[in-house]
Amino acid sequence: MSDTQQNAAGPGPGAADVEELLPEAKSYSANQIVLRRFLRHRGAIVAMVVMAAVIVVSFTSIGIGSIPGWWDKDIATAYDKIGDGGPTWEHPFGQDTIGKDYFALTMRGTQISLYIAFGVGIISTLIGTLIGAIAGYFRGIVDSLLMRLTDVVIIIPLLAIAAVLGRMTEGSLNLLILALGALVWTSLARLVRGEVLSLRERDFVMAARAVGTSPGRIIVRHILPNTVGVITVSATLTIATAILLETGLSFLGFGVQKPDVSLGSLISEYQGAFLTRPWLFWWPGLMILAIALSVNFIGDGLRDAFDPRQTSTKE
Amino acid sequence: MFTFILRRTLASVVVLLLSSVLMFWLTVHSGDPLADLRGSNADNVQQLMDARSATMNLDLEWYERYWIWLDGVAGCFTGSCDFGVNRSGQDVLFMTGLAAQSTLRLVTAATLIAIVVGVALGILTAIRQYSGFDYGVTFAAFLFFSLPVFWAAVLLKEFGAIRFNDWIAGGQLGPLMIILVAAVAAVALSAILGGSTRRKLVTGGATFAFVVGVLVLFNLLNWYRDPISGPFMALLAACGAAVLVTAIVAGIRNRKALYAALTTAVVGIVAYVVLAYTPLLADPSWPGLFGLFVVAIAVSLLIGRLWGGYNKKQVMLVTGVTGVLTSLVVVADILVGYWASFLGLKSRPISTIGSQTPNFTGDFWERLIDYGTQLILPTALLALVSIATHSRFTRSSMLEVLNQDYVRTARAKGLSEREVVVKHAFRNSLIPITTIVAFDFAALIGGAVITETVFGWQGMGQLFITGLRQVDPAPVMAFFLVTGTAVVVMNLLADLAYASLDPRIRR
Repeated sequence: MSDTQQNAAGPGPGAADVEELLPEAKSYSANQIVLRRFLRHRGAIVAMVVMAAVIVVSFTSIGIGSIPGWWDKDIATAYDKIGDGGPTWEHPFGQDTIGKDYFALTMRGTQISLYIAFGVGIISTLIGTLIGAIAGYFRGIVDSLLMRLTDVVIIIPLLAIAAVLGRMTEGSLNLLILALGALVWTSLARLVRGEVLSLRERDFVMAARAVGTSPGRIIVRHILPNTVGVITVSATLTIATAILLETGLSFLGFGVQKPDVSLGSLISEYQGAFLTRPWLFWWPGLMILAIALSVNFIGDGLRDAFDPRQTSTKE
Repeated sequence: MFTFILRRTLASVVVLLLSSVLMFWLTVHSGDPLADLRGSNADNVQQLMDARSATMNLDLEWYERYWIWLDGVAGCFTGSCDFGVNRSGQDVLFMTGLAAQSTLRLVTAATLIAIVVGVALGILTAIRQYSGFDYGVTFAAFLFFSLPVFWAAVLLKEFGAIRFNDWIAGGQLGPLMIILVAAVAAVALSAILGGSTRRKLVTGGATFAFVVGVLVLFNLLNWYRDPISGPFMALLAACGAAVLVTAIVAGIRNRKALYAALTTAVVGIVAYVVLAYTPLLADPSWPGLFGLFVVAIAVSLLIGRLWGGYNKKQVMLVTGVTGVLTSLVVVADILVGYWASFLGLKSRPISTIGSQTPNFTGDFWERLIDYGTQLILPTALLALVSIATHSRFTRSSMLEVLNQDYVRTARAKGLSEREVVVKHAFRNSLIPITTIVAFDFAALIGGAVITETVFGWQGMGQLFITGLRQVDPAPVMAFFLVTGTAVVVMNLLADLAYASLDPRIRR
């Protein structure tokens, strides 16, 4: 089982970052090391390219708001149907039941879904990290109160409370983002708290405390850098979660409302079309898959790059 | 420890109360309960509105209505439960009882599968980091939690139910399918077992030949419509499980554990042969089966204790797990035996709608198969996402632990890889996993709302969505009460596990 031990302790032979085992001739700053590691993660690089392509194409093709893009069809006009409305050169993603250009619709849906996903991801990561770190570091009554607050949110199934809030936002996108962001931070808060609880017992934290470092500085400079792995993995998961949550809400009728379209509302509108007009079913679904997959792979690359313990594994 | 549990339980009750206030307030303020009537053209619309206002107590403030609801629920402790009525005046408690049954069945099955498969995959990918297997599972995991649930459900209905039903009518695998299955099995197994390229080729080749042989044999025996079952097959499976459990928990060199596990398996199967002729297994009931299960565990633990020697605890763990697995093997064997007669009763075994076949006439075991076939697709759908989550978290937490100094020490002093992974790494990596598992249970219940809608189950999800659309707090609160209580119990279990795993956190 000798190869197992080698694999478990560090990357096996042939792994992309084997050259790091050698003493480095040139010295790099911490950021450069992170960047170099990230660039070596092939999956993350491919995901970055896909993600960039999705963002650029979706925003330039049909434009943002009143700014026009390079695609000559818009989302509102019903065009003459070509054949049964399947994909053609004129309408690469096909046309919907009344002849609207499905490429434009899908791109619009992608824009909205991306906006929601990243908005929710950023808001929830900030809230979750803050609450988790404070609760874990100060323990005692602060911990109890914050964790009971987390429990109050956690105890209600996410989709249920999101549906209720989604119904209350009545189709306002920004309110929906705020509402979802204020809900999905709970898992991150508990994870960060768990990490902080065990990190604060380590010697380096005690050393920092002994020389009189303030709690805020200990948390930000000494503890949080050690939880970056957990936070990035969780943040990327949250972005994927947010896309899927929005999809689910739109499916149940509590999410993005007409005339706005998101990838989720597109699927739920045409879910019955699987046998008759399969392209209406496949395109938005594949777009969601592409975005969520890319986000997840980027997160994986970030985890490998950021984790400060990563360096200690090299023999 | 007792005060710790008591404190957590009390805190949970307070949390549940606060959440219920939040949920009630949100639901009441999420819309207008009379919206559909306001747009109505009926002559007696005023009368209808008055009637509904009276049923739902709309003339009272929201906190007064909450108090009425809370008072009714508090009655559960004195034996007179009252969950209120929905807007048409139906008793919500009765509706909840029916709905909770199917939902909890679904969610529990998905949770158990997800924990076992997810954690196992996570450990395997961690100890085979950067292998082809690792990359494969990682990609699959990412794919699964990137899937929109009902989008996947449409695909699953088409390929898992409709095409499967078409196929089972003939029940023969085509040559292409056989080669495909065997190739997948060969690649997966050789990647998991690892080793040099030569060893991988040998493992893969042997697996491929074996699987092709078995599948061709199955075709010849018409196995998919009329599978062979019986004590001999059960004995094989149980002994296999015994060896596997021993190899993982105690190591195959630990003869005492191995013999104890094999004894458990043999005793279990002998009991099965004897009991098969008594009504306990021939025409069982749920309490009877549960009683048998408890007895089986007790006997297994006793066997472990008798064989145990100097290390009773470990051997008892081995026999206990073997006992559970043997019980499952016995049930599976009985179900396999009934498969042919079940196909006679229901020629298209997996239907896409409902949690059970209406008007299904069969004995206990046939009905159990019916529940099972209806459960498979929604459970698979629910579990896939959780498996992906669990495997990723287990993997990252295992990797972190495997890089710790005490693992290096364990290796340095010459422990076997199994002991390093099972004893030193796995136990410590469990700490973050328990949090995720408990939290995921809540997510699963939420996810069940969509899954139930897609598969047409009359469950809690249906209750909740209808209630929310009609701004009707009673069914929504019933949904919350069932799911919330389940989550509180899960979190409590996680806290206990947390405290027992990490002494630093015990307070």
